[in-house]
Amino acid sequence: MAAQKDTLLARYKDMFRIRRFEEEAARGYAKGKIGGFLHLYIGQESIAVGASATLKPDDYVFQTYRDHGTAIARGTSTRAAMAELYGKDPGISRGLGGSMHFFDPANGFYGGYGIIGGHVALAAGAAFKSKYKKEGTVSMCFFGEGATNIGGFHEGASLAGLWKLPMVLVCENNTYAMGTPFSRTSPVEDITKKAAGYGMASDRFDGHDVQEVEARIGAAVELARSGGGPTLIEILTYRFRGHSMSDPGKYRTSQEVEERKKRDPLKVTKTQLESLGCSEDEILALENQVEEEIADAVQFAEEAPPARHDVMERSVYAPSNYVYPPVGQP
Amino acid sequence: MVPAPWILTCVKTMPKKNLVTALNEGLRSELAENPDVVVLGEDVGRVGGVFRVTAGLQEEFGSDRVIDTPLAEGGIIGAAIGMAMYGLRPIAEIQFSDFIFPAFDQIVSEAAKYRYRSGGEFPIPMVIRAPVGGGIRGGHYHSQSPEALFIHTPGLKVVCPSNPYDAKGLLKSAVKDNDTVMFFEPKRVYRAVKMEVPDGPYEIPLSQAKVVRPGEDVTVIAWGAMLFEALAAAESAQQQGVSTEVLDLRTLWPVDVESIMQSVRKTGRVVVVHEAPKTCGFGAELLTLVSEHAFLHLQAPPKRVTGWDTPFPYRLEQEYLPLQHRILPALLETAAY
Repeated sequence: MAAQKDTLLARYKDMFRIRRFEEEAARGYAKGKIGGFLHLYIGQESIAVGASATLKPDDYVFQTYRDHGTAIARGTSTRAAMAELYGKDPGISRGLGGSMHFFDPANGFYGGYGIIGGHVALAAGAAFKSKYKKEGTVSMCFFGEGATNIGGFHEGASLAGLWKLPMVLVCENNTYAMGTPFSRTSPVEDITKKAAGYGMASDRFDGHDVQEVEARIGAAVELARSGGGPTLIEILTYRFRGHSMSDPGKYRTSQEVEERKKRDPLKVTKTQLESLGCSEDEILALENQVEEEIADAVQFAEEAPPARHDVMERSVYAPSNYVYPPVGQP
Repeated sequence: MVPAPWILTCVKTMPKKNLVTALNEGLRSELAENPDVVVLGEDVGRVGGVFRVTAGLQEEFGSDRVIDTPLAEGGIIGAAIGMAMYGLRPIAEIQFSDFIFPAFDQIVSEAAKYRYRSGGEFPIPMVIRAPVGGGIRGGHYHSQSPEALFIHTPGLKVVCPSNPYDAKGLLKSAVKDNDTVMFFEPKRVYRAVKMEVPDGPYEIPLSQAKVVRPGEDVTVIAWGAMLFEALAAAESAQQQGVSTEVLDLRTLWPVDVESIMQSVRKTGRVVVVHEAPKTCGFGAELLTLVSEHAFLHLQAPPKRVTGWDTPFPYRLEQEYLPLQHRILPALLETAAY
């Protein structure tokens, strides 16, 4: 019971960190400190945190452009993440990428991808390398429900199934592909029906309970790691904010959003913590730690030097004496 | 952004419209004129498009003519080719030109070659609309200008208007054209420029460039959002005694060779401006054409002011773009050579 409480407290802290990071990112965006696009993960934190809990540091994780939460759950520092949003040199992609393009191999995070579906095949390639080199690692690829209609998804999933790769394909079905609900772009509602065509296992469940996410994804990770091949997982979730900061979200009603907020993963976990005997003060103490960390991250990003022209020029082609992979390099 | 001087030539009583509204009117007008015209793409129907260019069209023309598609660019363009082959005139929207590459195969392998491989019998009268260019800090997946890739593909036409008036007229011509037209919309201009645009239908023929500022000493060739930067640089150059002729290409391919040569023969000096990387950018082709057609008229080495040969940056966007502060020295140096 005590162990369960401590674990759940840690999960809560990880989710709360992502939530607060993104709320501050939204504030920075509103102030014009962050430009371009900002896609928030708010409402889906249980998935990044539950999934990351099942992975080892050297496993491979690929995510879409909605990538802050997963990177932070994998261990990307909130300082480096915020600095990237600000386009600053100490950012996780040295300020060259921005919100959608986090990249942190030192923490097993192989990128946010702005082109839908193409990264599924990339994740299959990483899984192939793992199998080829007998690493015992797993490649986990996140994508939205919208991505399951595009060729890139199909091609990557086919390879994963064909080659029995150590891979977990996690579809975060947050109901809307930008402004269009899945029901209007797919002839079937249950995405895991596609798994049969790829010869892979499947699972489908609600994603608001971080413990449930961890247990169910954990089973798929075990299967992949033990040589049982890939699993297609569909997790039903919901984003509380717009597709991006510029999306007023007129395609859904405020009642619908409010209804879904009742199952906010943070609220759900808080209730579970209370039933495990956790006090208000214990939770508040954790939250205060996170508040300090996020305030520090914002200040760090504000004061950091901007992205550098020479770094950009040097980043286009590899030098002839390049040693691969660049793990641990800032 | 500076107002373009030709705005002043419009009738004063006309309503002022931005590029989004002008394009929306162009689409509405084509849908109304021809029942074979259909619009398809991600979020184009109920939502009205990622930049709201198709707002209200599904309500007016129905969901069988303004069609929400799954997120599948290859499927959108492939299906549009099939529609066009059998008598429809599809207008497909790709949300950002950077997202066009899953459909690159369909465009390059099928659409561009269809008339050729059917012995001249089956054209593909289709328009592919896509926002291009930087200026919104979108980074490397939301800012590129891929026009040269399509110009390099025989069988495709490529259009890139700079302003609301031209956009509406060119869009209507593109829809009526019997070939596949890549219609690139400068997203930086979408809501940044308002000008007088007639409510009623009108067309601007493809392949006609426009001199938007006459000059004597040097020619600057531009299109899309960079046209405004070229105009601003021309104005600054004028204050330093250099008279610049600004040419808006409007249609990039087939390009209006004669208008370019007329201007270059007059000034003897030429600068090309584009957002795309320099190497093998459209500027390279334009300056080669100048060499072929007006070599003996040249009085200075031609110059290119372009994006860098790097992926499109996030933070360093304002340095990457060939803005007026980079165009002006090129004009002055070329004029002084």
